[in-house]
Amino acid sequence: MVITKEDVLKVIDKIVEVIRENKEYLTELDSAIGDADHGINMDRGFEAVKQKLATIPENSDIGTILKTVGMTLVSTVGGASGPLYGTAFMRAGQAVQGKTELTEEDVVKIFEAALQGIKDRGKAQAGDKTMIDSIEPAYKALKESLENNIALPEALKRAVNAAKEGMEYTKNISARKGRASYLGERSIGHIDPGATSSYLMIKALADVINLL
Amino acid sequence: MVGIVLVSHSRKIVEGVFELVNQMTRGKVPIGIAGGTPDGRLGTDAAEIVEQVKKVDRGEGVVVLVDIGSAVMSAQTAVELLGEEYEGKVKIADAPLVEGAVAAAVEASIGSDFEKVLTVAEEAKKMNKL
Ligand SMILES: Nc1ncnc2c1ncn2[C@@H]1O[C@H](COP(=O)(O)OP(=O)(O)O)[C@@H](O)[C@H]1O
Ligand SMILES: [Mg+2]
Repeated sequence: MVITKEDVLKVIDKIVEVIRENKEYLTELDSAIGDADHGINMDRGFEAVKQKLATIPENSDIGTILKTVGMTLVSTVGGASGPLYGTAFMRAGQAVQGKTELTEEDVVKIFEAALQGIKDRGKAQAGDKTMIDSIEPAYKALKESLENNIALPEALKRAVNAAKEGMEYTKNISARKGRASYLGERSIGHIDPGATSSYLMIKALADVINLL
Repeated sequence: MVGIVLVSHSRKIVEGVFELVNQMTRGKVPIGIAGGTPDGRLGTDAAEIVEQVKKVDRGEGVVVLVDIGSAVMSAQTAVELLGEEYEGKVKIADAPLVEGAVAAAVEASIGSDFEKVLTVAEEAKKMNKL
């Protein structure tokens, strides 16, 4: 399966839409264990992405598009999720520099680069109650499925399920990174907002690819 | 002279620290501030930090002071974005924002070099208050 530049732009549009629809929900999750701004931050960032992408040259490759998304997020989101998701998209862009089409392997590379970027930036690991708890299981499920010759749309569905499980798991653990870590044990019982926005983005990707 | 950039989630915090530090050094030290988002919310903007580093750079290095949360990660992102040209010339001090800024600025104002300003800023975290 080949993913075109147009498909990538469709995925980004879908993410913008899903974040907008979940703005209140994400903020509500952040009000329980943070500072009640995650939905506002993310929506502000992805609205800016939408505007920015409308102005980039027609012939931009996928790497440039993803890097532009990252650059826009680092300067408009505001909260910790800004440099984290911003770095993720910039690293993903570097991983597919110059490409106008993506293969299955490129999608894996994108996930790998994004995850590594978030880890480099935030120094968190799986189990710290962050976005990594959704993204890492999704990455592993995707990679394993593709290695077993499962087609990309189905492999992405499995990645979404893994992300969802990871997101739900954050409810049972206490935060060791980010603002919620100030609450320690008292953060147990609440789903992490960043793990939720990551799940939503991965789901947006899978939904668009499954409709192609 | 070594430049200094102050980074916080809150614009008011960096404006306040700037006022305090600038008075002590009588405007001699180039000090930049980055705080809040372009649309006036609490938050940090890596692109603004990049701009401020460039603005206060006099060729002798720039020390960045940060407070908490995204200030640290945005400053690290900014250092990465500044790239090779700034490698080794811009560093984030592992120091408290207010105390570190005062120590760094006073040190810079007497003409100390980059490494010295950075060290003095980082020593501020060991300062006993009582
Ligand atoms: N060091 C980190 N590593 C990975 N993810 C993190 C880290 N710190 C915070 N996060 C994620 O960021 C989310 C909070 O984002 P947001 O509310 O936008 O930023 P802030 O905490 O600055 O208000 C958390 O729910 C968590 O998933
Ligand atoms: Mg928040």
